[in-house]
Formats: sequence, structure tokens, C-alpha cells
Amino acid sequence: MSIPVLKFDAVIVGAGGAGLRSAIQLSEAGLKTAVLSKVFPTRSHTVAAQGGVAASLGNSEEDHWTWHMYDTVKGSDWLGDQDAIEFMCKKANEVVVELEHYGMPFDRTDDGKIYQRPFGGHMSNFGEKPVRRSCAAADRTGHAMLHAMYQRNVKANTQFFVEWMALDLIRDEEGHVLGVTAMEMETGQIVIFHARATIFATGGAGRIFYSSTNAFINTGDGLGMAARAGIPLEDMEFWQFHPTGVAGAGVLITEGVRGEGGILRNSSKERFMERYAPNAKDLASRDVVSRAMATEIKEGRGCGVNKDYVLLDITHLDPATIMKRLPGIHEIGLQFAGVDCLKEPLPVVPTCHYQMGGIPTHYSGRVVMPKGGDMSSIVPGFYAGGECACASVHGANRLGTNSLLDLLVFGKSAGDSAVEDLKAGRAHRELPKDVADKTLARISALDNRKGGANVHETRLAMQRTMQDHAGVFRFGDMLKQGVEKILEVEKAARNLEIKDKSMAWNTARTEALEMENLIEVAKATMISAEARKESRGAHVRDDAPDTAEFPNGRNDKEWLKHTLFSPVDNSITYKPVNMQPLTVEAVALKTRSY
Amino acid sequence: MERADYERLRWRCIRRALLELDITLTRFLDGGEFEKLTDEERLAFVELADMEDYDLWDLLTGKAEIDDPRLAHMVALIRKS
Ligand SMILES: Cc1cc2nc3c(=O)[nH]c(=O)nc-3n(C[C@H](O)[C@H](O)[C@H](O)COP(=O)(O)OP(=O)(O)OC[C@H]3O[C@@H](n4cnc5c(N)ncnc54)[C@H](O)[C@@H]3O)c2cc1C
Repeated sequence: MSIPVLKFDAVIVGAGGAGLRSAIQLSEAGLKTAVLSKVFPTRSHTVAAQGGVAASLGNSEEDHWTWHMYDTVKGSDWLGDQDAIEFMCKKANEVVVELEHYGMPFDRTDDGKIYQRPFGGHMSNFGEKPVRRSCAAADRTGHAMLHAMYQRNVKANTQFFVEWMALDLIRDEEGHVLGVTAMEMETGQIVIFHARATIFATGGAGRIFYSSTNAFINTGDGLGMAARAGIPLEDMEFWQFHPTGVAGAGVLITEGVRGEGGILRNSSKERFMERYAPNAKDLASRDVVSRAMATEIKEGRGCGVNKDYVLLDITHLDPATIMKRLPGIHEIGLQFAGVDCLKEPLPVVPTCHYQMGGIPTHYSGRVVMPKGGDMSSIVPGFYAGGECACASVHGANRLGTNSLLDLLVFGKSAGDSAVEDLKAGRAHRELPKDVADKTLARISALDNRKGGANVHETRLAMQRTMQDHAGVFRFGDMLKQGVEKILEVEKAARNLEIKDKSMAWNTARTEALEMENLIEVAKATMISAEARKESRGAHVRDDAPDTAEFPNGRNDKEWLKHTLFSPVDNSITYKPVNMQPLTVEAVALKTRSY
Repeated sequence: MERADYERLRWRCIRRALLELDITLTRFLDGGEFEKLTDEERLAFVELADMEDYDLWDLLTGKAEIDDPRLAHMVALIRKS
């Protein structure tokens, strides 16, 4: 069968914040750029980001990028690479101002500057007190951002392939990346995108968990494709659980609620964060808050019949302020919890929210992997940015509003690096003879299998396993069992059957293909989590408790290193954390407390 | 409705930008509610599904007003499902 080949200078998979930001760099440099997306660009999940984007503009009070850097290193529990963190925090003002020039309608102060609000973990003067650093457009920051960047791309002649699903990464024998195979959903046709530069911006994979704030689209396709092409995944044990998902639905209640004065209470109405984080209280970083909530619930101070949630109280705030500053919250309470939050507190539980790990990259956006003795050898022709990538700036835990910043900074730098490499003369390399064989074999196996596993049931089994065995609190024996269980689920995921064999708009096939990506991420997560025998950031183990020798259970002597999970043989190697910033002094190791 | 048209509509409902809409619209379609609709109601549903996420969400939550009685009726059906 002959498969059509489309030739571009650059192909970008993903039209969320990171993909659109990369595309601007490439198209405006005059390069022929294709952007593929499973959905219309402005339906990408970046739309859901309500809180804001961090930048030390200092519009409302004094601020400095070195303070932002300190907070980010501390938030990462020192697992973030300090060169990448410096790069990001220093660039924040530039990318936010650029966005303003693209037409982003930021909230304004009375004197016309970008309005900034406080957000968990962002402090002034190296951790002293909360600072106003988050820039927002009402509670539609991500939405406004995508619209501004989409328009900019239309002007720059970026070519969009909407409702196309990339299926596999094309790598030649020398390891160069040459593009992707993809499926046009409308026809079911498989096409090869042959490119000089390939950029992944496919977003997160939060749907591996049962309780998740992520939309259904977050199936980790970029990670699945990278894994199938033999590229390791970095720090996959680190998942941030958002403290405040609506109990039962997963729907997010933005952290801005606590920024504006919301208070967490247990069954006796106690403001329990005072006990866990005397200074920052309800504004402590997310994992500190999640752990506190889980502890309250575990120790029997949860609410409701099953005592399985706590309360988020904003009833003391001025209703007019709530409706003005947090307009979405009232409806969410009504629709998904049946609660009027102006009168009653909202039921909330820690819910999977953000993936800190991903495809390993340098801060230039180039993908790196071990080769020979070099732990960070560049994979030629391959770049990644946004939630699917691991630079690593978030380390063991991300600060709120730093991921919209991540996608702007690293989307841009991935684009810039690709432009630089292409201008330096990187040519189209010859496609391997078997270029699409693996993709076609996967599709044909799905179409022809009889007596295989059901997609929906397999996904549910994976999600339950991840939630029960690798949730916000982790236990050694549960993780061990979890590894066995997830390997069982993997067998089913490699043996899926679909009833619908149609070519056009076969959503059953698409969901099965997504499942094959999800399982790669779930497996990497479980095995990496089982292997890391300390607590750090969002990875909190019951058998690595807070002791005098290991405060918060963190063991820097043995575990100050990045995990690299190899999908080829499910093995793990480690690489050192870069503790050396680019121009300033390193943020020295310290116990993380708020 | 042709199979392909329905499946395209389904994809555009089960892969939204907002989890809230994923949950609400998937519940409606996969719960068999769509099959019960008249042709005119189906057109109204398609019109709603084509909207931007926050616009649709605002209609479904009553935050935005609906002038068109066809859409108002459809919104009421979705909310009930
Ligand atoms: C509810 C919620 C609220 C949040 N609020 C904030 C906030 O206030 N501040 C903040 O900093 N961060 C926030 N975050 C995190 C932040 O929104 C995300 O990390 C970020 O938007 C991810 O952007 P992205 O560009 O990497 O991916 P996305 O925006 O998810 O885009 C991924 C793109 O890849 C495409 N794609 C995926 N797979 C394929 C494939 N196989 N083929 C073709 N295309 C594909 C998709 O169609 C999509 O276009 C929030 C997250 C959630 C879930």
C-alpha cells in the first residue's frame, strides 16, 4: 500500500499553548510549518487554565525573577534543573509582554498595568511572604491565550491539520527524528508527515488516574509515541494532585479561590492548614495542602457520610467579589456538587492534576536521552515543550501558574532551536523503507482482532489501579502490587478489540489508539514510583516519613537524581540534577517547608 | 443521521476543552438521550455542540441568556440528563 507523504520544514503535534507558541516562531521565520491537532486548536486543554501565568513583573508590589526562581526550585523540592529554572523565570516578563502584544486581554490595574494576584507558593524576598505574581484574564487566561496565539498563527500562515491524530514518531536507524505518521479522522487515511524538525506539544496524560481534573483528551499521546520509538520518559513518578477537585466529579476548583481568601475546613469546621503551614496557611504549595487534606481524611476528620472529603469555605467572602473575581465557581458548585458556595462550603478532594515528568528535554527545547556515556545526548530533529516535556523546571512539584509560563517559554525556545537548527542546514533525511509498518500493523491488529479486551473496561482497570496504588499517598507494598497489576492491564491494552471497523470517524478506533498511549504512561509512572524509595515533592511515601535525618522523608544522598524509565525493557536509570544555574548562585539544598 | 455524521458529532462532544463539558455531553450521548431527539432537536444539539466551550458552559449553567427557544429547550434537556 502506498502512503501519501506530506513534506514540511517543521511538523508540530499539538495546538495547545505550547504548540501554538512554537508555531509562531517557525512560521514567522518563514518556515513551512504544519500543526496537527486532535481537536480544533482553541478546544485544546490549555483553555481550561483559569488561574493565570506567573511573571515577576512587579506591577502590584516589588518582585524579582530571582525570587521566582527561588520559589520554583523550592517548589520542585530541589529536583528541578536550576539552569532551566533560571532560563524560565528570567524569560517570564518577555513572553508575557509578547502575549500582551499579540492581543491578550489581561486584567488591568486602575493605572493600566497588568493586574497581578497572589498564588500558592509564590513568595517575595526568598520565601518571606506571599507576592502578587500571577497575570490573568478574568478566569479565562488559557482561553484568551490560545485565541491570541491562534490568530497570530493564522496571520503567519501556519498550516493547521485539525482532527488529525499523530500515531507514531518516525526515527531512522541513526536515531534522527523525521516526522510522524498520522490519521485523518474524517477519512481514516494514514499519512506520513516528513519534516526537518518535529516538535511535540501534546499536553498531559492525567486520564491515567480515576479522579482527574484533566479533560478526556489528555491521553499522553506524545509520551506514548516517544516511548514506542525507544525514548525514555523522565520523572514519571511525579504527579501533582490538585487539592480541590469537586468530590466525585474531579472538576477543578481553581486555586484562585484560596488566593482570594477561601479557607479549608474539616468536619469540626477547624481551619486545619494553620497546623500544617503556619505561615502560608491555605496558600501553601499544592502537595503540602493535598497531604494535609489526605491526613485529615485518613484520621477521620473528613466530612460526609463516608468522611471522605473536606470543605472549601468562601461563605465569609463578599458575594460581589466572588462573582467578579471568580465567576465560574458558583456554577461548578451548583452543577457538580449541588452546593451554593455563597451559602455553603464546597466538598473537595485531592485530584490528579498535572504531570511533572515527560519527554526529557534541554532548556533549549531539544529532546535529550542517554547515549554512550552521555546522559543527555540530543535526539536530532526532535523537540518538545509544554506539559508533555520535562525540562525539568517543575522537578518533584510544580507551582501553580508556572505551567502556562512553561508552555510559553519552552514552546518558544523549542521553536527557536528548531529555526536555528534548520537555518544551520539540517535537511530532510531519507525516510526508512518500513516507515509506516508499525503504525499499519497496530491499526490492522485492532481491526482484525477477535476476542480481545474491551477499551472502556481496560481504561477503567488502569485508572483504578493508578488511583489505588499510586495516588496522592503511596505505600511500599501497594506500589509493588501496583506494578504487577499494571503489567496485567498492559497485556489487555496490547490486546484491544473494537467492533466498529469503519474508516470515516471511527471514534472507537481513536479511543483504542489513545489507550495504547495511556498504558505507556501508566506503566512508566507505577514502575518509577515503586523504584523511588524516598518522599519528595508530590511523591509521598508512607515508608519514607519525616525524620530528623530525612526531613519530609527526602533523602538527598541517594535520591537527588532524575528517573529515566526505559520503555524498551521497563528498566530504570538515573541522571544527576543540574544544580548549577546559568548566571546566579545556586539555590542551596534546604528542607522544604512553608 | 448518517453514522459518520453522528460519530463526528460524538468526537466533538467527548473531546472538549473543559472536563465539565466532557462529562455532561458524554453522559447525554452515551446515555442514549440523543437517539430520542426529533430531527429539529438534533439540529439544535449540533448547534450547541459547535459552540466554544465557555459559551456553551455559560448557557448550560444559566450564566448567559438564550433568546432562541429551540436552544433553550435543548439546554433544558441536557441539564436534565
Ligand atoms: C483545569 C485545569 C486548570 C489549569 N489552570 C492552570 C493555570 O491557571 N495556570 C497554569 O499555569 N497552568 C494551569 N493548568 C495547567 C496547564 O493548563 C497545562 O499544563 C497546559 O495548558 C498544557 O498545555 P500544552 O500546550 O502542553 O497542552 P494542551 O493545551 O493540552 O494541548 C495539547 C494539544 O495536543 C494535541 N494532541 C494531543 N495528542 C495528539 C495527537 N496524537 N495527534 C494530534 N494532536 C494531538 C491536542 O489536540 C492539543 O491541541 C491547568 C490545568 C487544568 C487541567
